[in-house]
Amino acid sequence: MTTRRLLRTVESRTGGTGALAKALRYVFPDHWTFLFGEIAMYSFLILVATGTYLALFFEPSTAHVVYHGAYAPLRGTEMTRAYASAINLSFEVQAGLLIRQVHHWAADVFLAAITVHLMRIFFTGAFRKPRDLNYYVGLTMLVLAVLEGYVGYSLLDDLLSGMGLAIGNAVALSIPLVGGQLGVLIWGGRFPGTPDFLSRLFFVHVFVLPALIATLMAVHLALVARPHHTQFRGRRQKESNVIGTPMWPAYALRSSGLFAATAAVLFALGGLVQINPIWQWGPYEPWLGTNGAQPDWYLGWLIGALRLMPHFDVVIGDYTLIPNPFWGGVLFPGAVFGFLYLWPTIERRRLGDRRPHNLLDRPRDNPTRTAIGAAVFTFVATIFFAGAADRAFVQFGVPYEFQLWLYRGLAILLPIAVFLATRAICRHLRDSGAHPGRDSGARLVERPREAGRDLSRSGSTPGPGVPTRRGDARAGERAARPRADL
Amino acid sequence: MRRRAAAVLAWVWRYVVAGAVLRVSRRRTIHRERELPASTRAETGTAALLFAAALAGLAFVAIYAFDDANTQLLGLSIAVSLALVAAALILAAARVVPQETLEEPRPDFSVDGPKSADIERFSAHQQEEVEAAALTLREGTDGVTRRGLLGAAGAAAGIGLGAAALVPLASLGPAVGGRLAASPWKDGVALVEENGIAVKAEDLEVGSFLTAFAKGADKEQLATSLAVVRVAPDELELPADRADWAPEGILAFSKICTHAQCAVSLFRYPLFAERSPGPALVCPCHYSTFNVLDGGERIFGPAVRPLPQLPLRIEDGVLVAAGPLSGAVGASWGRVREEG
Repeated sequence: MTTRRLLRTVESRTGGTGALAKALRYVFPDHWTFLFGEIAMYSFLILVATGTYLALFFEPSTAHVVYHGAYAPLRGTEMTRAYASAINLSFEVQAGLLIRQVHHWAADVFLAAITVHLMRIFFTGAFRKPRDLNYYVGLTMLVLAVLEGYVGYSLLDDLLSGMGLAIGNAVALSIPLVGGQLGVLIWGGRFPGTPDFLSRLFFVHVFVLPALIATLMAVHLALVARPHHTQFRGRRQKESNVIGTPMWPAYALRSSGLFAATAAVLFALGGLVQINPIWQWGPYEPWLGTNGAQPDWYLGWLIGALRLMPHFDVVIGDYTLIPNPFWGGVLFPGAVFGFLYLWPTIERRRLGDRRPHNLLDRPRDNPTRTAIGAAVFTFVATIFFAGAADRAFVQFGVPYEFQLWLYRGLAILLPIAVFLATRAICRHLRDSGAHPGRDSGARLVERPREAGRDLSRSGSTPGPGVPTRRGDARAGERAARPRADL
Repeated sequence: MRRRAAAVLAWVWRYVVAGAVLRVSRRRTIHRERELPASTRAETGTAALLFAAALAGLAFVAIYAFDDANTQLLGLSIAVSLALVAAALILAAARVVPQETLEEPRPDFSVDGPKSADIERFSAHQQEEVEAAALTLREGTDGVTRRGLLGAAGAAAGIGLGAAALVPLASLGPAVGGRLAASPWKDGVALVEENGIAVKAEDLEVGSFLTAFAKGADKEQLATSLAVVRVAPDELELPADRADWAPEGILAFSKICTHAQCAVSLFRYPLFAERSPGPALVCPCHYSTFNVLDGGERIFGPAVRPLPQLPLRIEDGVLVAAGPLSGAVGASWGRVREEG
């Protein structure tokens, strides 16, 4: 009765009960790979919650103080209020360290979940029309999230954050023509900048970027819901329908369960696994540095690119058009994101395929796409590992120069090898109907056949540029599945 | 007799229900499978997990209130509480509430006619909507005669206001001017240690490394900090015009890497010169390596420009600059080589 009364109250004021009833029956297809996006969203919620708590204690100020707090080894050290307040909230605020570490872990998990989610979207062709728009929204969120993470750990003014900012300033200065002025504008002067810089960084971290990410997240969800979720091909799954668990009650419970599980993992990590112990690094000063310094994982690929790039500037006369940090710090991420942004267009042009796609590809269904994606991923991953070459040197004594040349070679050769191997494997799997994770092909040939029947029932025929082998008697049954290789 | 009648009724009833379900599902084109697990054991389990989660949550409160900031216990208690909630929700989702698989038609804007191949074809309804929207937009300018003029004027206003909106960004920082080249070093400026004490030549042993600053300058100014090292004078291979820059084998370089501005905080000095590479300053960020013997030339790593060297002289046993740095300090930018 109370439910009815509540609904009547809402209906008489908003007329929104119909929309609510529809939302409660919104269908979520069941597949474990669909959960990464949710994990990213839930990590973001935890970031906002823990970040709000941290902002109650953190002082974004470069005013100098002498530390007299609970952490004995630093007593008497001169440092900024920003760094001192970060240490105080770690040691003197009850549960402060827990929340700080959860915040840091959540940032790492947030970016990891987005990255894996992006790979899922890429390798299953979920970025195709009508979801290409939403793919761009998601990519933009990833760019903003990387920036948000970098700005976040740069706030604390410990040694590592200062070293990261020094490199960031060098990358800003390296932008052709405008770099010098840009660096001076953002920092308010020459690095390490005026006190204004830290308050700008703080405002960007706690308001500008989170607001942008939250807005894009709302758009992202709306654009997911409008054409409904994608789904894998199956006995009943067609382009024109969506089959799965409705929002209420099972999916709402499941997803809330995933939220609680994500939060549980993050709090367990924050409580039990130390991350970024800033009191050990000491305060940053421009003349201080430490060996084996590593950024958070999502910046490792950029550090690697800065390391691997051979030493050359583009100099015209006396004018330095392109300083070296540009290659690794701007051109490399620009190229990777450029590839990701352009891919839906490239694929649409190559295949001449302008139809909407609601059924997902398995990675093998489009061997060339999968191979190109795997090659690009391998390229970025190799450079990512090169970013940790100094750690391998400091920790295990692997000669650095040897590593540098090794990674340079691998960054070129591995992607080619991975491309060829992935394409061959995908083609073999597609043609044989075998499943890599299951025992024999015999049972598995059934799957495409069912899919084929489904296709004919829905009357779908692959368009031009999507060759089929319908005429081939032996492969006829299973080849009814659209073959959309680039 | 009654039993048979009941069986027949049940049979009829089943078909009526099946028919009704079929009709309903046809009409709505929604296919639904619904199953009620109705497991009291699962309900008990869910409740037990939720009660346990409550206890773990209260444990967090207790630890917070009585223990002295034990991060591990705090994290563990709240994580256990959340994990129990997660388990309860997932158990409830799978074993307590109705299990349904729903088939829903997609909205037809994305269901391009399957026969249309690669031509965009909208449904009649969509075409109507597109036409209606286009008409509404067009009707908004009915009777307007000078559209071009108004459009141009609007664009002009946009450009003017846009410029006005962007210009205040210039207040963020000063014009770059000579700021990136600012340096406190000139002839006669004394070198001091971090605590302000003058750097004595005799305190520096061969193979030692020291950070020094310009006396009286702001230590955070990028060009101030120096890496001062001492090598055996006969090792030096300085260019001819720098022959007197390193009295008694003492060399001073900017401590800021010319690649990405990290502090060049590692000094490599060979303990056994025959088998080791020569003395060099190394930046820990990307391992740019600068040979100190020949005046800071890069020998390894991504840096392009040499480390700027400061000419030194010894006055009354303390180190003093004998001139400005040999090049621009810090990362490269457009005019870095003009000022160096």
